[in-house]
Amino acid sequence: MNLNTVTAVKRPASTDEIPEWREGCAWLAGGTWLFSTPQIDTHTLIDLESLRWPALKATADGLEIAATCTIAELERFQAPTEWAAAPLLRLCSHALLMSFKIYNAATVGGNICMSLPAGAMISLTTSLEGSYNLWPRKGKPRQVSALDFVTGNHKNVLEPGELLRSIHLPASALTKRFAFRRNSLTHLGRSAALIIGTQTKKGGDLLLTVTAATAKPIQLRFDRLPSAEALRRAIEANVAEADWFDDVHGSAPYKRHLTYYYAEQIRAELAGK
Amino acid sequence: MNLTVNGKKLSAEPAPGQCLRTFLREHGWFGVKKGCDQGDCGACTVHIDGIPFHSCLMPAYRAEGRAVTTIEGLAPDGKLHPMQRAFLEAQAFQCGFCAAGMIMTAATFDEEALQDLPRLLKGNLCRCTGYHSIDDALHGVVNVEEDVAGEACGRSLHNPFAEAIVTGKARYTLDVPTEDALHLKVLRSPHPHARIKSIKRDKAMAVPGVVAVFTWEDVPRKLYSTATHEDHLVDPDDTYMLDNVVRFVGQRVAAVVAETEGAAETGCRLLEVEYELLPTVFDPEVAMEPGAPILHDKSVAFQDNVYVDIHGELGNVEQGFKQADAIHEMTYSTSRAQHVHLETHGSLAWRGDDGRLHVRTSSQAPFIAKQKLCYLFGLYDRDVHVFTERIGGGFGGKQEMISEDLCALAALKTRRPVMWEFTRAEQFIGATTRHPMTTHVKLGAKRDGTLTAIQVRVVSNTGAYGGHGGETLAAALSSPIAAYRCVNKKADGYAVYTNMVPAGGFRGYGATQTTFAIECAMDDLAKLLGMSPFEIRRINKVRETDRIESIWKEASDVMFGSYGIDQCLDLVEKALKSGRGLPKPEGDDWLEGTGVALAMLDSGPPTEHRSGAEMRLLADGTYHLAVGSTEMGNGSTTSHCQLAASVLGTRAGSIAIINGDTDQTPYDTGTFASTGTVVAGQAVEKTALALRDVLTDFASRQFGCEPADCRLQDDAIICANRKIPLAELHAAGAKVGDRFVVRRKAYLSPRSVGFNVQGVRVAVHRVTGEIMTLQSVHAADIGRLINPMQCRGQLDGAIAMGFGWALYEKMVYDANGAMVNPALRDYRIPAFADVPRSELYFADTYDTVGPLGAKAQGECAINAVAPAIANAVADATGVRFPDLPLTPDRIFDKLGSRS
Repeated sequence: MNLNTVTAVKRPASTDEIPEWREGCAWLAGGTWLFSTPQIDTHTLIDLESLRWPALKATADGLEIAATCTIAELERFQAPTEWAAAPLLRLCSHALLMSFKIYNAATVGGNICMSLPAGAMISLTTSLEGSYNLWPRKGKPRQVSALDFVTGNHKNVLEPGELLRSIHLPASALTKRFAFRRNSLTHLGRSAALIIGTQTKKGGDLLLTVTAATAKPIQLRFDRLPSAEALRRAIEANVAEADWFDDVHGSAPYKRHLTYYYAEQIRAELAGK
Repeated sequence: MNLTVNGKKLSAEPAPGQCLRTFLREHGWFGVKKGCDQGDCGACTVHIDGIPFHSCLMPAYRAEGRAVTTIEGLAPDGKLHPMQRAFLEAQAFQCGFCAAGMIMTAATFDEEALQDLPRLLKGNLCRCTGYHSIDDALHGVVNVEEDVAGEACGRSLHNPFAEAIVTGKARYTLDVPTEDALHLKVLRSPHPHARIKSIKRDKAMAVPGVVAVFTWEDVPRKLYSTATHEDHLVDPDDTYMLDNVVRFVGQRVAAVVAETEGAAETGCRLLEVEYELLPTVFDPEVAMEPGAPILHDKSVAFQDNVYVDIHGELGNVEQGFKQADAIHEMTYSTSRAQHVHLETHGSLAWRGDDGRLHVRTSSQAPFIAKQKLCYLFGLYDRDVHVFTERIGGGFGGKQEMISEDLCALAALKTRRPVMWEFTRAEQFIGATTRHPMTTHVKLGAKRDGTLTAIQVRVVSNTGAYGGHGGETLAAALSSPIAAYRCVNKKADGYAVYTNMVPAGGFRGYGATQTTFAIECAMDDLAKLLGMSPFEIRRINKVRETDRIESIWKEASDVMFGSYGIDQCLDLVEKALKSGRGLPKPEGDDWLEGTGVALAMLDSGPPTEHRSGAEMRLLADGTYHLAVGSTEMGNGSTTSHCQLAASVLGTRAGSIAIINGDTDQTPYDTGTFASTGTVVAGQAVEKTALALRDVLTDFASRQFGCEPADCRLQDDAIICANRKIPLAELHAAGAKVGDRFVVRRKAYLSPRSVGFNVQGVRVAVHRVTGEIMTLQSVHAADIGRLINPMQCRGQLDGAIAMGFGWALYEKMVYDANGAMVNPALRDYRIPAFADVPRSELYFADTYDTVGPLGAKAQGECAINAVAPAIANAVADATGVRFPDLPLTPDRIFDKLGSRS
């Protein structure tokens, strides 16, 4: 939709050209959320596209994803064969409510900074133990783990004007095996629960990441694969009643119910591998 | 910036925050539609350098230096792209509003994509077709048949505007240049009930570009109803154009008109309104209690919140229940749902050079809208012109005058053209909805299943205003009860004012809600008696020799013009037993069940309804047909051409049609209550018959033969042994001053009834609560099919809407009565992935009341869908879920599983 309160667009060609940040400025990546709902407090868009950050860079250390990497680029990425968890890139892209046409504009960083419970790029990067490279307006860049970035529904640790520059997924996580479960109230709708389990190649451990069902990602790390009952108790102990996210895409009790159900399926699946 | 659009160079500067969609439309590319403006519906899909995007989400300036392709440029040189041809030949649209975006998306698909359609089409919503015909188009299925002279009726002919629709040339309501028009925006109430103490407009008026502000002090202080009916007395006059009391969150408080939409929006935000909050009530049961806050206290008739109550009894239900061997009693409820026609409400009004008020609008009832405008502004009938061109869906939502009035007011006051286009959010918070109804059903039956008593109590939440409240309640208490024979029937109904968004007309019109309740109750009774759902319905269904009566002793004008319920039940039962459809998924967690429901619906409304048509022979030997009724995807223009062609022995393609225009077509009450075929179609048939007689009379005199020896054939008239081209006949007539123009009117009485039976087989996941449709079967008794393809389309669309209502759709409100999910991403209508492909069957009937054997068909199919699904879920799980919608999160905890 037209953002009628916007009176200026800045298109910096380099980071030096990024203008002074003021109240009412908004970083524009893909624009697929910004342009989807009224933004009456926004007067200036600062377009990150013109910075031309390389979208994806695979190294021995892992995968570097620019915040401006589009979902389409991520979804099509051909990962090194030893990255057993790479199918999650596609699975999480497809878990998004948006259509494939929006993949062509929407960005990984945009999805993360929106910080919705069902933001599947948060699910992806949290389950793969990613860290985010944040650029404050003043001061040095800082690193925040994906798990700590989202603090609640539509809330995160970004300071005003602070920018998400890139996401690093370590090779140690990308080489893990994984199990993925997801559900929504309508076919291919917004996730009511998106749960991912990963396990090192040697096996025996479990990293369980709960998203969509909770307002912020919840991660449970088990050095040794827990029993069904222990897993259940761990979820109970680590997810407060108020953390289950209630909205039109699923009631809180339902999301809790799905989480227990899928967590156990994931545990069983990874136990069998 | 410079770019190319459809191969043409364009140099223009977009506004900083402008999206590509409006930028393209500003430059005349009206094929780029707005369904949501939020990236959810896909109607605005364009290609940028060959890649598909939702243009509403794309900053316009990013198109700099790029090649943009819209539907108008998909195929160069006026040719059709293969996908446009596929959509044309499959007729993969009804209103056509989604078609441009759907085609632009599908044009990017390869063979592999056909395996992944549910995912690839989730960003393209269609509310009309149920996606069946779209799937056909993508698989190269040809649904249209050849237009053969004299054989137009009964053939699957294409929509007369089909080519314009698939090429993006069809002009919907606001697809016209409006550079000089002012834009209107309204400020809506944040409070569910408040008195406006003051509105300060200085700051708003100071915004550059703002031309005028209108509040309740600027409008005619005349009460009216926004609902449109022929008989204005069936709706309460309880509404002011702008009021000093607001009764629901979203009610319009003031209108701002400005040179730009942005200025109008800013003006709205700067209005300073002082409210005095008033007590609120949202639940109709609470609203009926003594001491509840009263919403309307304007006359002696309104002393409480019950807008209307209806009571009736045939026989004696008390005696009936005493005679019963089994009694079932339960309360069922239905949710508030929105029409979600893809084209939002919108109007453009201006004062013409002729001094008259012209209103181009998206209405199902332009003639009634005109009457209301005349009343409100004190204008003479001759000084107002209201018209439609193409309309992007209605479903009852546009049986309402909610955008024309303020545009007219502003145009009259500012003497400038004024346009107003609803946002998608406004559709949810400021338009109408289906009436949520709570229905208590009590059924008594003998051991053999024979009903001894039916008793129903309905409470309908009509919201803050009562339009359609009485008529939907009457419909709710009528055919769903009349569908069963029982000597003892009783009903009490209440339509109650609350501080909720007003409900209105919506496909099925009240009968949908009580059909859900009664059909669920019939299944519950069958279970109690150990009978099959088919058996209990066969025993109790109304029979051909019965009087059709619900709870009233007064005679009605409803009769069996045809009777096909037996066939429908047999067809559905046989199909469900066929073993077709998907198998139950493996595993003990999936529970399988089947369900059936029947629906009967009067073929047309009980209130007055009139239609007129005018037809003329043109100089080139073709015909012109003017019909007052509107076309919003219901297919009436196609079937009207077919009806006329059939009578005149010609091809449908030889008839040019215009409709829904108070200047250019005869009067029509409006296209709602399934009247497109049975009233307007009847007017067309009568008009065509009259023209046939005029032509044969003239020819017999001119060429000296008996009228009985004259007959029309294609583009000629056969007079005994001579064949005279119609162009020649016209020329002969012109010489003697004969213009070959006729006009006829139609009315609707008696009325026939139609039947629909829906069968569903589902699998329900015991743990996740997921409902998977394994088979969907529908049989309809709608008389003769004027256009089988369109009839199937109406059924598919109604079934899809029924699935949406049963499984997904619910308008959710917070404690203050504000809607929580007013966007298509949060209020989910069925997408391609959500709709099963239904098996469709038709009873072989020919109606003696409707035109050329046809009956109404647009509405009734939806009524049987939700109860059939609910019955299938109950059959699968052993648990009755009496409240819609059946979303997994509302049903999982009763399924007895621990995760």
